[in-house]
Amino acid sequence: MQLFSKPLCALTFSLSLLITSENHLLQLHAQQSYAETINSVQPKIVKLYGAGGARGLESYQSGFLISSEGHVLTVWSYVLDTEQLTVVLDDGRRFTAELIGADPRLAIALLKIPAAEVPHFQLANAIPLTSGNRVLAFCNLFGVATGNESASVLHGNVAVRTQLTARRGAFESTYKGSVYVLDAMTNNPGAAGGALTDRQGNLAGLLGKELRNSLDNTWLNYAIPIEELVGSIDDLMAGRVPTARRTDDSRLKPNEPMSLDELGVALVPNLLTTTPPFVDQVRNGFAAHAAGLRTDDLILFVNDRLVASCKDLRNELEYIDRIDELVLMIERDKKDLLEIKIRLP
Amino acid sequence: MRLRGFFQDAFFISIATVLTLRSYGLADEVPEAVIKAEQNRIQTIDQAMRTAVAVFGPGSRGGGSGVVISPDGYALSNFHVTHPSGDYMKCSMADGKLYDAVIVGVDPTGDVALIKLLGREDFPYTPLGDSDKVLVGDWCFVVGNPFLLATDFQPTVTYGIVSGVHRYQYPSGTLLEYADCLQTDASINPGNSGGPLFDAQGSLIGINGRGSFEKRGRVNVGVGYAISANQIKHFLGYLHSGRIVDHATLGATVATAPDGRVIVSNVVESADAYRRGLRYGDELIEFGGRPVDTVNQFKNVLGIYPKGWRIPLSFRRGNQRFDVLVRLAGLHAQDELLEKVSGHSLEPPRPKPPEPPEKKKRPQDKPKPQPPLPHKPAIKADLPPEIAKIIVKKRGYANYYFNELNRQRVWEAFRTTGNFSKQNGPWSLIGKMDAEGEVRVTLENDRVLADFPRGPETMKLDDPLEKQLAPRGSGGLLISMYLWRQLLISGPATYGDVFYLGQAPVFTHQELCDVFQTTHDAFEAKYFFHPNDGTLVAMEMYPDTNMDPCELYFHDYRNVKGTLLPHRLEVRIGDTAFGTLEIQSFELNSAAAENDPA
Repeated sequence: MQLFSKPLCALTFSLSLLITSENHLLQLHAQQSYAETINSVQPKIVKLYGAGGARGLESYQSGFLISSEGHVLTVWSYVLDTEQLTVVLDDGRRFTAELIGADPRLAIALLKIPAAEVPHFQLANAIPLTSGNRVLAFCNLFGVATGNESASVLHGNVAVRTQLTARRGAFESTYKGSVYVLDAMTNNPGAAGGALTDRQGNLAGLLGKELRNSLDNTWLNYAIPIEELVGSIDDLMAGRVPTARRTDDSRLKPNEPMSLDELGVALVPNLLTTTPPFVDQVRNGFAAHAAGLRTDDLILFVNDRLVASCKDLRNELEYIDRIDELVLMIERDKKDLLEIKIRLP
Repeated sequence: MRLRGFFQDAFFISIATVLTLRSYGLADEVPEAVIKAEQNRIQTIDQAMRTAVAVFGPGSRGGGSGVVISPDGYALSNFHVTHPSGDYMKCSMADGKLYDAVIVGVDPTGDVALIKLLGREDFPYTPLGDSDKVLVGDWCFVVGNPFLLATDFQPTVTYGIVSGVHRYQYPSGTLLEYADCLQTDASINPGNSGGPLFDAQGSLIGINGRGSFEKRGRVNVGVGYAISANQIKHFLGYLHSGRIVDHATLGATVATAPDGRVIVSNVVESADAYRRGLRYGDELIEFGGRPVDTVNQFKNVLGIYPKGWRIPLSFRRGNQRFDVLVRLAGLHAQDELLEKVSGHSLEPPRPKPPEPPEKKKRPQDKPKPQPPLPHKPAIKADLPPEIAKIIVKKRGYANYYFNELNRQRVWEAFRTTGNFSKQNGPWSLIGKMDAEGEVRVTLENDRVLADFPRGPETMKLDDPLEKQLAPRGSGGLLISMYLWRQLLISGPATYGDVFYLGQAPVFTHQELCDVFQTTHDAFEAKYFFHPNDGTLVAMEMYPDTNMDPCELYFHDYRNVKGTLLPHRLEVRIGDTAFGTLEIQSFELNSAAAENDPA
């Protein structure tokens, strides 16, 4: 053990002298084992439990804390389609989380738990990575950890930073931006929303949803650079992306609001407390049909306001006068985000 | 001092590195320290590779990995790897040689098998390390036979970090529970099963056996599990017994209360835990010396102990804390375990992902490597006679040969402390019980006569059970002493039914002791022998399965005419001490002496 670790430690020591004179001890240990780095990161990682549970649809994913007041960053997915979204901290504490907002273009969501002074990542300190950087991935893949058990940690390298080129059948995703492609098996069921750090534990990326290339049955292991997300997260935290779910009594309801019937839209049956607003039917000759709305479209925003459920959508329409323009942002085929403008005749 | 020395070294190397890097430029020359570290790593892996084993299934189908843990060829693998082979298998090592191997013992629930490679007494080996010292983030490596690639007998090495410790993985199928296991991102693929997980220093920390495989098919997805070395250490003595070894149950179930405490949700009244006072609603605090904060932590502790072990348990009721030792019962009934092992209910540890619908099987598709599947065991008649003689079939055993071997080993070690075979006359002991007064005990072939300060006691073999448990409150001191004398005189071969149970803890000793489980005239007893000096350190006599045994602890061995005899006898039952007998004189007689009053 001495033989193995001493020269390595000494080398790190010398390199650290070269680079910086701070944190000698930390670096000495980091080279030998990632244990110390990992211990510092784990309290910031959370396990998330929500909707799902059917075959192939795991009801769990990962997330991490980004403010001392309990803001949690995670991926925007069906797991969040529930009123009972549970966040379990590394120390085992359980909270019911509130959806603060989401950015479907980046496939991220911001949650908040009623906790104070929790360990968290500083988004402002997030670092960029390049090919060859060693990384650690923290996530609750396969739901291995429960209660106060720590998330799983995998190690690897950044293979390349590149644009995610989604095309039909291959890596279908609404996110079209830059990603770190990793050589580690990071993107497993439940891993989405986890944190990618460098080997000192500095935040660098968000583990994305599973992406499969159905042409060759390969799976992509990747993370979204935090810098791609910071602007949107700031907007979400500042409440600049309002959601329909959060009550806002200051607005006045028009005398003659929009209605789904008049638009010619039928939604899927509202079976759950938070049924995602999928379009079940669009009637020929009605305004929505003319504007290009289609069956199976998922309505995400109504006039820039996030609607997470059929109920939210119906509520939101009550605030829109039938003579005004209605702007819907929809997700089509799980990969395209489209804006559809509708005016009633 | 050492720390200072370290910093001095580090400083000098760092200066050297700075100078080297300055004068040669960063990429020109690799510093010596790096070269040395790399050489150490190469050496560590090379050494570890020599001890790894590729297990070949019968008819060159299936197989897996293993690792040799002692120079005489004992090796560990997974139960699900060795099971298809039955009693006999072929194993290769990195030296390029193919060795014959026989099954020794199996732990079907824990998915562990002990085999013995034959033909050498100087096998390269790695002893089991300490898996509780492993931290998440430590470097580790896996050696084995993934996809059964080792057709040239050269093992494959994969490197990674420890991703999780103390993981609990629910049973796959009806057996194969992975409790308190290690999780790694080093590649573990089909064929790696049974092989070793080493830490960066080459210490053996686990046996790989399972991966999270789902919709991506049966290949590594960065999540492999290894049975911890510390769990295997608990079972190793049992595995050496040649038996089909069972896991344990507390006889109680636990649940998480709304406030997060782990509370008892049910207790079986016949369980030892119940007799030790555990009741519905009690809060568990510690088990096996580890805190219990979650149900998984409880299962993790329970999963690492074999049936029959006695483990510390702490629980709370109101403000009162109870600390007891509790005997663990078997997880399965004996027949149930045998049926699961021999029947079709054993499933290899793999989920069944649906084939992607767009990918239909075509006949020209290249056959994929298959996981080991159970099929017909090898036929013993084909075996060379020298191998056939070390395979002995008996119900309840993987290989009875090793039970006899260990029974003989333990008895021979005991016999170095004294030979009692001719001392078959009356044995008389005179001593004091807790300094209260004189005690005289005479042990004979069919009865025990005793004088206690409270009065005389006798025990005859044809007495009803209640009378045999004399003196009152001892749980059967006299019958225990009678059985003890019988074993010492007749030895395990003629005492009754005697088998080697394995190794188990005795609370008076640090070391695990070798245990005989015995039946003599319907009396069951366990005898605990010291693993180093062979002395008998304790016995437990069970008058009935649902009663606390009478426990005897033998201390203060002294030489009496060339024989080591205990001179302090501690008697316990349940949670209480009955008393301690300080023996002042100990007289053994041969039968001849008994017949000759002169």
